[in-house]
Amino acid sequence: MTWNSPAEFFAMGGYAFYVWGSFGVTALALLIEPMLLKKRRSEVLRSLQRELSAKERSQ
Amino acid sequence: MNAFGVLSAVVRRDLLVALRRKSEVLTSLFFFVIVASLFPLGIGSEMDLLRKIAPGVLWVAALLAAMLSLNRLFANDHADGTLEQMALSPVPLGLLVSGKILAHWLVAGLPLVLIAPLLGLQYDLSPRALLVLVISLLLGTPLLSLIGAIGAALTLGVRGGGVLVSLLTLPLYIPALIFGAGAVEADISGLGAAGHLSLLAALLTLAVFFAPWATTAALKIALE
Amino acid sequence: MSVITWKYASPQYFYPLAGKMIPWFSLLAVIFGAAGLWLGFFVAPTDAQQGEGYRIIFIHVGASWMSMFLYLVMAFWAGIGLSFNTRLSSMMATALAPTGAMFAFLSLWTGALWGKPMWGTWWVWDARLTSELILFFLYLGFIALQAAIDEPRRADKAGAILALVGVVNVPIIYFSVKWWNTLHQGASVSLTQAPSMAKTMLLGMLMMALCFWMYSVAVALMRVRAIMLERERHSEWVANLREVQP
Repeated sequence: MTWNSPAEFFAMGGYAFYVWGSFGVTALALLIEPMLLKKRRSEVLRSLQRELSAKERSQ
Repeated sequence: MNAFGVLSAVVRRDLLVALRRKSEVLTSLFFFVIVASLFPLGIGSEMDLLRKIAPGVLWVAALLAAMLSLNRLFANDHADGTLEQMALSPVPLGLLVSGKILAHWLVAGLPLVLIAPLLGLQYDLSPRALLVLVISLLLGTPLLSLIGAIGAALTLGVRGGGVLVSLLTLPLYIPALIFGAGAVEADISGLGAAGHLSLLAALLTLAVFFAPWATTAALKIALE
Repeated sequence: MSVITWKYASPQYFYPLAGKMIPWFSLLAVIFGAAGLWLGFFVAPTDAQQGEGYRIIFIHVGASWMSMFLYLVMAFWAGIGLSFNTRLSSMMATALAPTGAMFAFLSLWTGALWGKPMWGTWWVWDARLTSELILFFLYLGFIALQAAIDEPRRADKAGAILALVGVVNVPIIYFSVKWWNTLHQGASVSLTQAPSMAKTMLLGMLMMALCFWMYSVAVALMRVRAIMLERERHSEWVANLREVQP
């Protein structure tokens, strides 16, 4: 094992800013993209539902 | 009418149209001159530095000037329906497109080549370097017209086409810029420009065959 | 065989299939990601020259690979959509572009964060970094062009031509940038040829790349499903979907 303590792990041998800056932004991007897509999907579904119920009422 | 006849007819017509709208043609030429003259004002008048940046600055300015005129390439003909007639005519559209690109180069590219040595003098380039600059632009500006035509056809009649065409074509201009400006730089530093120039010529040959074809495909989509 | 393939080439049949595949690819992405992170942070030893800073390459290399690979895949689907006039392939190309652009951005971002401690600057005009930047511009051009065209089929076809022109140009651009770089004697950076490239490091990089790959598939399928619903909203199969019943 490379690390003796959690603090050492987070310090990354002095490169904490660079390493966590890279991994953090990557993780953030990979989390935000699916969330935005879920939102996009639910928006489409909602507008489709509204359209369909309006059509039913008019019939 | 044979292929050459068609080509020259298209070129003659486009040149005639350009002659009637002189101001548009002159605008991009003046743009080239002004941009090239602005750089020393921003950077300083130190001759050693100017000699060093001259190839890059002149080439970037030429590239931007050539791009400015791209919108005119098909837009007017599209607006008045000429382009649709061309697509319907029995003559292959690719041939007509090639003629239009050639005319665009004669109107927008060739003047840049001719005025470039004058601007090069502002940057204290040697006569030899000026010659290489002219040759590199002579090979490079047709390449810019050919690649730009694809972008102009793709953005024809599209919202915000003017800005979009620059976003599409500028990344594709990079090899031309590298070899063009590199030729002059290599000559100044005594390495010889032959390698750069022959690569530029190779790119031009490639573009002459493929760009009109891609442009035609893009135009057909725009006209659908 | 071919009958089955053609059946799934229509959005109506692909939509539920994609829905079923998304959880599996997401799961694979999580598994590969966990394995890659574990290898990258706990198994791979500290680099003798670069200390712990080198651990950035575990995501940097994968992101760069994905950004290039996705451009090829995108151009492939766009080309299929253009030549066979299949709606689904074009939608797939459109769905891949934002993810590819994101990976190109991540590659540049992590490259800058890797470069700062290693060679003291955020940006070096290295052939690979410069080509990656140009690739990012190509993605942005594709997205901007498609966004500017209202008619979906025209957007598909125009995008396809741009993607194919881009694919022809990418090797030329890479070669020219490399040529330019050697002449200017810029910093030659070897990210992937780090000294003492241990087997565990390679394995860790591979795991992260697989994670990004599976992630891209899952996300592209999610996006293509949304695009299908948006574009085909007035078709019967969309109206019959269980999830749109009011």
